[in-house]
Amino acid sequence: MAFDYDKYIRPGKLPHIWCPGCGHGIVMKGLIRAIDTLGLEKNNTAIVSGIGCASRLPGYLDFCTLHTAHGRAAAFATGVKMARPEMNVICVGGDGDGTAIGGNHFIHACRRNINMTYIVMNNNIYGMTGGQFSPCTPTGAKASTTPYGNPDPAFDVAKLAIGAGATFVARGTAYHATQIDKLIVEAVQHKGFSVVEILDDCPTTYGRRNKFKSVIEMMNRLKDIAVPVKAAEKMTPEQLQGKIITGVLFKEERPEYTAEYAKVIERAKGGK
Amino acid sequence: MAKKVAFLQGNEAAAQGALYAGCKFFAGYPITPSTEVAEVLSAELPKIGGKFIQMEDEIAAMAAVIGGSLAGSKALTATSGPGLSLKQELIGYACIAETPVVIVNVMRGGPSTGMPTGPSQSDVMSAKWGTHGDHPAICLVPASVQELFEETVRAFNLAEKYRTPVMVMPDEIVAHMRERIVFPEPGELEVIDRTAPSVPPEQYKPYDTKFGDVPPLAAFGSGYRFHVTGLNKMDDGFPTTKAAVVQAEEERQVRKVDANIDDIVKFEEYMLDDAEVAVVAFGSTSRSARFAVNEARKQGIKAGLFRIKTFWPFPEKQIKALSSKVKALITPEMNLGMCTVEVRRCAEGKAPVHGIFRVDGEPINPGQILDKIKEVK
Ligand SMILES: Cc1ncc(C[n+]2csc(CCOP(=O)(O)OP(=O)(O)O)c2C)c(N)n1
Ligand code: SF4
Ligand SMILES: [Mg+2]
Repeated sequence: MAFDYDKYIRPGKLPHIWCPGCGHGIVMKGLIRAIDTLGLEKNNTAIVSGIGCASRLPGYLDFCTLHTAHGRAAAFATGVKMARPEMNVICVGGDGDGTAIGGNHFIHACRRNINMTYIVMNNNIYGMTGGQFSPCTPTGAKASTTPYGNPDPAFDVAKLAIGAGATFVARGTAYHATQIDKLIVEAVQHKGFSVVEILDDCPTTYGRRNKFKSVIEMMNRLKDIAVPVKAAEKMTPEQLQGKIITGVLFKEERPEYTAEYAKVIERAKGGK
Repeated sequence: MAKKVAFLQGNEAAAQGALYAGCKFFAGYPITPSTEVAEVLSAELPKIGGKFIQMEDEIAAMAAVIGGSLAGSKALTATSGPGLSLKQELIGYACIAETPVVIVNVMRGGPSTGMPTGPSQSDVMSAKWGTHGDHPAICLVPASVQELFEETVRAFNLAEKYRTPVMVMPDEIVAHMRERIVFPEPGELEVIDRTAPSVPPEQYKPYDTKFGDVPPLAAFGSGYRFHVTGLNKMDDGFPTTKAAVVQAEEERQVRKVDANIDDIVKFEEYMLDDAEVAVVAFGSTSRSARFAVNEARKQGIKAGLFRIKTFWPFPEKQIKALSSKVKALITPEMNLGMCTVEVRRCAEGKAPVHGIFRVDGEPINPGQILDKIKEVK
C-alpha cells in the first residue's frame, strides 16, 4: 500500500508555496516518513523553523509548529525544549537561515548538545528572496548579488556542526530520497543535538543562473557528487575532490543539556 | 505573623517579583546594569523546578523566552540598552504572535555602549517605537525597590492577561539601590495566569476572536497543537495576506491595550489639588522631584508631582487634565526630552512644558528641580 502522507499533513494547508522541482518537498516527505517510523506523537512534537522557503515546511504538518524569525529556530526551540524536555523537538530551515543569520544559535545549540534534531535544507542559495548568495554558495557561482561570480568561500555545514559540538551529524541529498528518512530516524533517536544536512536544489533562483538546463540536471549532479561514507573511506583525497560524503558522518555520546539541567535542579533542591 | 522584610537591591527585587508572579523560565545574556536579575534567578529557579538558561546573545534569549512561554511557562528575560536593541525584532514577534513575556530592561546611558554603569531614562521611546510595525506597548517605570517587585508581578499579570510582551524599565539607580522591602504574602498580590482554552483540541484556534480581543492561549505539549508564525495571521494562526483580515488583526492587537488603558495605566498624584506648578517625573527622578516639591511647599510655592508609573500606554488623559489646571509643567528626565515630547503632546499648548535634561550619568538632583519650580512659578 502506498505510504499515507495525508495522515501528517494539516487539512486544508496545501498546496505548498514551493516551485516545481524544488527539493524542499522531497525533504518534507522524508521527514514525514521518519516521523511515521519513529511513531512520534503529534501533540508531543514541536517542529520549529526560521524564515525562508525551507522554513515554510512546519506549517504544512499537523504538529505543534512554530515558524519563528529569520535564523532563530534553534533559539526558540531551545526555549520550548527547556520548558518541556519531554517534547520531541525538530528544527528545519534553509542554509542561509541556519548558517548566516542563525549561525550563532546553530553552533551554540551544537555546543550545548540539547536533545533535538536540526535539519538543514541546503540549496546553496537564499531562495525566498530571489537568489542572493548564502554562506553555502560555492565560490565562483552566480547569484543575484554575485554577478561576477561568488568571491566568498562556502561553509561545510556538517563540518561546522561537528566542530561546534553536535553529537550526531549526517548528510544526505534530495536525489537519495529514501535515505533521508533513515538519516532523520537515526538523528531523532540519538540523544543530543543532531544535525542532518540535506543537499537539495533551487531551480528557480540557483539553477537558472548557474547554467543548469533542468531540475533533472540538478538532481543528477547530486547523484554524481554524493559518495557514501563507506566508499569514501577507500578513496584518496584527489578522488574525493568535488565530491560530498553522505551518510552518518559523526556520532558520539556526550551529556545532554536538559538531562544535565535536571541535575542542576536536583542540586539546587538539595541545597548544594 | 509578621511579614518578611529584607534589605534588597532593585534587581534582586525584580527577580523576587518574577518568582512571586509564577515565573518558571528565564533566558538572558549578561549585561550591566541588569545582570543581578539573571544571577538571582540562576540560583532560585532550579530550586522550584524552574529553568534558567544563559543564551549566546540577547536575540537568542528573547527567542528562548517566547519558546518557553509557548510551551506554557511564564517567562522572563532581563537586559539593558544594547541588549534591548538586539531584542527588538523578536519583541515584535511576541507582539504579533501574541505571546506573553516580560522583559526587564534596566536603563543605562546610550546610544550604543554609552555609559554602561551610568543611570539613564533614555530607553522609554525604544519601548514603544523600537520594533518595527504597529503593535501594542506596555512599559512600567517603577521608582523604588518595593515598587520594582510589585510592578514586576503586575508586568506578568498584564502580559498574561493581554497576551503581549510587557517591559519593566527601572533606571540604573532604582535597579541598583538597596532599600527595605516588605514581601507580600502569597495571595496578597493578584497573580493572573493566561486564559486556557475552554474548547477541546480539535476546535481550538490560537487567535479565535469569538472569545474576545484576547483569545485563550494553549501550550505546546499540553494536548493542543497549533501553528504560530510572525506573519500576519488568521484566527487559526496561519499566514494570510487578505486585506480585511490583516487590517482587523492589526487593529485588534493594538486595541488589546488601547481599550484597556484604565486597567493598565497607573500613576501617583502628589500635592496636585491646588498646585500651580506640576512636576511630571518617573523612576528615580521622581524621587528628586518629590523632594523638590516638598521644599517648594515649605517656601510657600504651590507645587505638586505627577508620578508616571506606566509609561506606555502614556497617561494621556491625566496629563491633559493636569495641563489645564496648572500654570506650568516641569519634566525632569535623564535623557534629552523623551517624556517631555509626550507631555507636550498631551498638554496641547494649555500649559508650557519645561524640560530638565541630563545625560551625563549623574542623577537629576532636587536642587535643579527646585530652581526650575521657582523660575516658572
Ligand atoms: C531579519 C531578516 N533579514 C532578512 C530577511 C529576508 N529573508 C527572508 S528568507 C531569506 C533567505 C532564506 O534563505 P534560506 O534560509 O537558504 O532558505 P531558502 O529560501 O533558500 O529555502 C532572507 C534573506 C528576513 N526575513 N529577516
Ligand atoms: S525559490 Fe527556490 S527554494 Fe524557494 S520554493 Fe522556489 S525552488 Fe524552492
Ligand atoms: Mg537556501
